[in-house]
Amino acid sequence: MEQMIISIGREFGSAGHEIAEKLAAHYKLPLYDHNLLDEIAGQKGLDSRELRDHDEVRRSKLLNRKVRGMDSSPAYNLALLQFNFLREKAESGESFVVVGRCSETVLKPYKGLISIFVQGDMDKKVARIMELYHKTEKEAEDFIKEKDKRRRQYHNSHCDLKWGDSRNYHLCINSSKLGVDETLRILIQYIDARKKAL
Amino acid sequence: MIAQILAVVIFLAMFILIITEVFERHVVTLGCALLSLILVFGLGMHSMDAVIRTLNVQTIFTPEFWCTAGQNSETSAGINWETIIFIAGMMIMVEGMARVGFFRWLCMKIAGLVHYQVIPIFITFMVLSFGLAMFIDSITVILFLAAVTIELSQLLKFQPVPMILAEIFCANLGGSATMCGDPPNIIIGTSFGYSFADFITNTGVIALICLIAVMIYFYLVFKKELLKGAVTDRDPSSYPKAEEAITDRKGFAASCVIFLCAVVLLVTHAQTGLTVSFIGVLIAAATLLAAGKDALTLVKKIDYKTLLFFIGLFVVVGSLEETGILELLAGLIGTVSGGNIHVMIAIIIWLSAIASAFIDNIPFAATMIPVISNLAAAQGTDLSVLAWTLAMGTDVGGSATPIGASANVVGIATAAKEGHLIKWGKYCKSMAPATIIVVMISMILIYVRYL
Repeated sequence: MEQMIISIGREFGSAGHEIAEKLAAHYKLPLYDHNLLDEIAGQKGLDSRELRDHDEVRRSKLLNRKVRGMDSSPAYNLALLQFNFLREKAESGESFVVVGRCSETVLKPYKGLISIFVQGDMDKKVARIMELYHKTEKEAEDFIKEKDKRRRQYHNSHCDLKWGDSRNYHLCINSSKLGVDETLRILIQYIDARKKAL
Repeated sequence: MIAQILAVVIFLAMFILIITEVFERHVVTLGCALLSLILVFGLGMHSMDAVIRTLNVQTIFTPEFWCTAGQNSETSAGINWETIIFIAGMMIMVEGMARVGFFRWLCMKIAGLVHYQVIPIFITFMVLSFGLAMFIDSITVILFLAAVTIELSQLLKFQPVPMILAEIFCANLGGSATMCGDPPNIIIGTSFGYSFADFITNTGVIALICLIAVMIYFYLVFKKELLKGAVTDRDPSSYPKAEEAITDRKGFAASCVIFLCAVVLLVTHAQTGLTVSFIGVLIAAATLLAAGKDALTLVKKIDYKTLLFFIGLFVVVGSLEETGILELLAGLIGTVSGGNIHVMIAIIIWLSAIASAFIDNIPFAATMIPVISNLAAAQGTDLSVLAWTLAMGTDVGGSATPIGASANVVGIATAAKEGHLIKWGKYCKSMAPATIIVVMISMILIYVRYL
């Protein structure tokens, strides 16, 4: 079977993660998200809790310094560890679904990459976050803005093309228009078509 | 007045741009150097002489630049070409040594000599880090030492972070012991005409006493964490052999000879009259000859960005000097201290240490050199005492935070490659107290010995 790597970028509250989980289940592929840290920690004999604080966090310029290409930032170094882990997986020929982690850029050289960005309307995202996290409307909206700001900063500090820029992905889709299940159906159609073309 | 304002604005802009990493630091210093030449010297001072003095190219073509016939040379203001040529030469020698596997061999040899026991490795690696950093840049020392530490930690199942932190501290401390150990010392030495022997008998003695103190400190602080889960009864035959690290036996022998020659030439340069620029060129030429067909690869590995950074920096600091700003700063320190040498030393050492903990110690030292020179002249104090104070403050202060010195960044990044993330809190918890202890000991030793 040809290698297939499905990369899912997502706005917070857009159900991008849920869609990634369902795609992984549909194609019977492993899913890499924050569990990637457990995998890395397992490989290196570390405690993954120590890595979590720095997952998908932007490198602070004021608190860190670069010397001959090396960096003192834990966030930057953890991102590199994750990128290398993804590259190793891709290099081994494994097929998988990956959420975030700049994977659409990191894995661009691999022929089997299918990169998708899931976005959503603010009102739908707010409703989803209110339900999932038991927050008020205002709290949910602030939470979404904060999360997306962090994701944008993290992504843009590692990639040339901006987070959510359609030129960076093979397909961008708004999950609010058709709901999770219908969005998923369309994505499966697209992925199947891409598989045939691989 | 306009020239002074422009010089200060450009200098502050340079610092801010270096800290914020908007552009690479050599681009920042070169850009600011160009602005200094045009705005400060041209527009503000209308002085071509100031430009010539600051660019300082003419000194390279004088015999004293290469050999001082037994006299210590003293570089004039502006670009310190002696420092730049010496550092370039050392870079080539160090690359040559790394190419043949010298550093890895040395680390493994020492680990073997102490039978791969964790605490003896910890102690000897601190001494090794200190000793190597006396002659070689601390970036290279930590690059190899930290990598071997990680490798040994996987083999012997100990926690590598405490050992790497101790190695970083000792590398920065070792750099303070000699004239060629840390860039601020090279700049101080070449600017004031001090020899290798001057440094080793002054900052060297202080650094050695501080080394003993920090070794005890790190042993007490890290012993428990280091030994957590460590393997003590492993089959010795499974340990790596030091000889396997050597990639080219002939090249290795040549590198050892060149390194020893470099040490002898540096130690005796006050007697032979050979300047550090001559020694730099000589060891670079010998390394390139020994490398044969790999010579071009070694030349390509020169960190030219650091050399350009120095050139730009010297011009910007030169503009502060030419406009009299640094004289004003020296006057300010003189006034605050009320002419009291004890207070002056305390201000210089703590100001240098605190500043170096957060900003690059090279621009700081380059700026402070004319300041202490003016201060010594104005207050009638011994310049050498202020020079040793500045050297200890700038070299040691950088250890306090993850961003204080280049070796810290290299050690942290090397550990991070294996998932050992060192945060500010983790770093400063053990390193900041060690820095305070060493700065305090240095200050007391300076008081006791010189006053």
